[in-house]
Amino acid sequence: MAQNDTDLLSQEGSAENILRFDNIEPVLETLDLSVAYGGNTAISNVSFQVPKNSVVSLIGPSGCGKSTLLRCFNRMNDLIPSASVNGVVNFAGQNIYAPEVDPTEIRFRIGMVFQRPNPFPKSIYENVAFGARINGMTDDLDELIETSLRRAAVWDEVKDRLNESGLSVSGGQQQRICIARALAVNPEIVLMDEPASALDPISTQAIEALIQELSNEVTIVIVTHNMQQATRISNYAAVMMAGEERIGRMIEYGTNEQVFGNPKDERTEAYVTGRIG
Amino acid sequence: MSEQGSIIPTGRQDFDRELGRLEAELILMSGLVEQAIFNALNALKNRDIERSQKVIDEDDHIDKTELEIERSCVELIRREAPMAGDLRRIISALHIAGELERIGDYAEGIAKISITIGDQPPLKELIDIPRMGDMAVNMLKRSLEAFISRDPDHVRTASVELEKDDDEVDDLYAKVQADLMELVKAAPDNAERATYLMWVAHNVERVADRAMNIVERALYQATGELVSGTTQIEMSTE
Repeated sequence: MAQNDTDLLSQEGSAENILRFDNIEPVLETLDLSVAYGGNTAISNVSFQVPKNSVVSLIGPSGCGKSTLLRCFNRMNDLIPSASVNGVVNFAGQNIYAPEVDPTEIRFRIGMVFQRPNPFPKSIYENVAFGARINGMTDDLDELIETSLRRAAVWDEVKDRLNESGLSVSGGQQQRICIARALAVNPEIVLMDEPASALDPISTQAIEALIQELSNEVTIVIVTHNMQQATRISNYAAVMMAGEERIGRMIEYGTNEQVFGNPKDERTEAYVTGRIG
Repeated sequence: MSEQGSIIPTGRQDFDRELGRLEAELILMSGLVEQAIFNALNALKNRDIERSQKVIDEDDHIDKTELEIERSCVELIRREAPMAGDLRRIISALHIAGELERIGDYAEGIAKISITIGDQPPLKELIDIPRMGDMAVNMLKRSLEAFISRDPDHVRTASVELEKDDDEVDDLYAKVQADLMELVKAAPDNAERATYLMWVAHNVERVADRAMNIVERALYQATGELVSGTTQIEMSTE
């Protein structure tokens, strides 16, 4: 169960109240993490741990900072000129915001899948090979492509079309190709920002099944507005909420059973039962 | 523009209305089974065969009400995919409808025994069994009130009080059993009529147990705590 604790994973940073789980090894943690866009605070003082090889859902109303928080985990906010990040994100024993850390390396180890499938206008093969080529890998690419597409549960559907454009297949297949692309560089964490929101129900089921399968080997943090989806695929749920001052905070973090069955915070109860949106 | 006072219902308002209707159906059903127990015991006491038959006939209505509540619950789960307190409210209502239906069956059972006893002379004056009945029906009312309140403090207090009452009903049941055994020992010819009354007392004692089940469901709804008698399971942490 989530609880406040000061027994921190890392020596860096500090957080008086970190949301964490007893006896569960974390793969990533944030300490007093805040993000501002052009001087306007978007999220404030988020301190929590992501358990290894689990699926964690970030839920909350629109504008509460879920995607902002998610983008902090692989320094995607660096790409937004007005964004400033304060606090610590510990991963692999290091604050990923330390000056000596290479954000590109971080993005290989912490991959990302976006709301809308975004394959490159290249062949399916080249889409999946992209990260490996950047890493200088040229041997056994065929095997890597097949393995990655199999892990993304799309190999059988595209194995005879590998040279066709990544844009020529269905939306659901495109999204799984993007997941294969993320998996091809063997990330430890995959971040997903509403990965199924633009897909039909059958494709959504395929993505959900894939997420559950992948969670045996990688950690997945997913932003979703679909609470049924969150209950189906994740082990833990973190609830973000912005008050009148429009600053997002993590108000609750717990197992699915607790957050969706018996939330502690009245605002969580109001959100998951649809009283506030 | 403020949404307050809007005449256009939102999905949430519809859902709240449906939940309110579900509770209203449960209250009505509870009234039916309270009346059935009351009528069955009075008919037994007054040897009123016609009234006993009416209790038996009216049990179909109780059974039908339970099925309608079950259908409402399934429909709400299907349509609304409820979460948190809403989900606990619907699941509890589903369980409680089942408990009430069983209480209706106990009333029907008492009525059938009354008809079986027919015009046999009374074995003894009925004092403790009607007292058990009054207590059990009162427990049933209070357990439903606790459920409707959705107030954790109210439910916890009711739970403690009802447990004491349940112990008292159990004591009365033990006394009824002992008294009837004495009558059988004194005159073995009393065995048949004593057995009938033991069945009646058993059914009434079960009504009190069902009231305890209902207050446990009220506790689940209000707090999320899953309790059955002295057994409790914790929420998963992994």
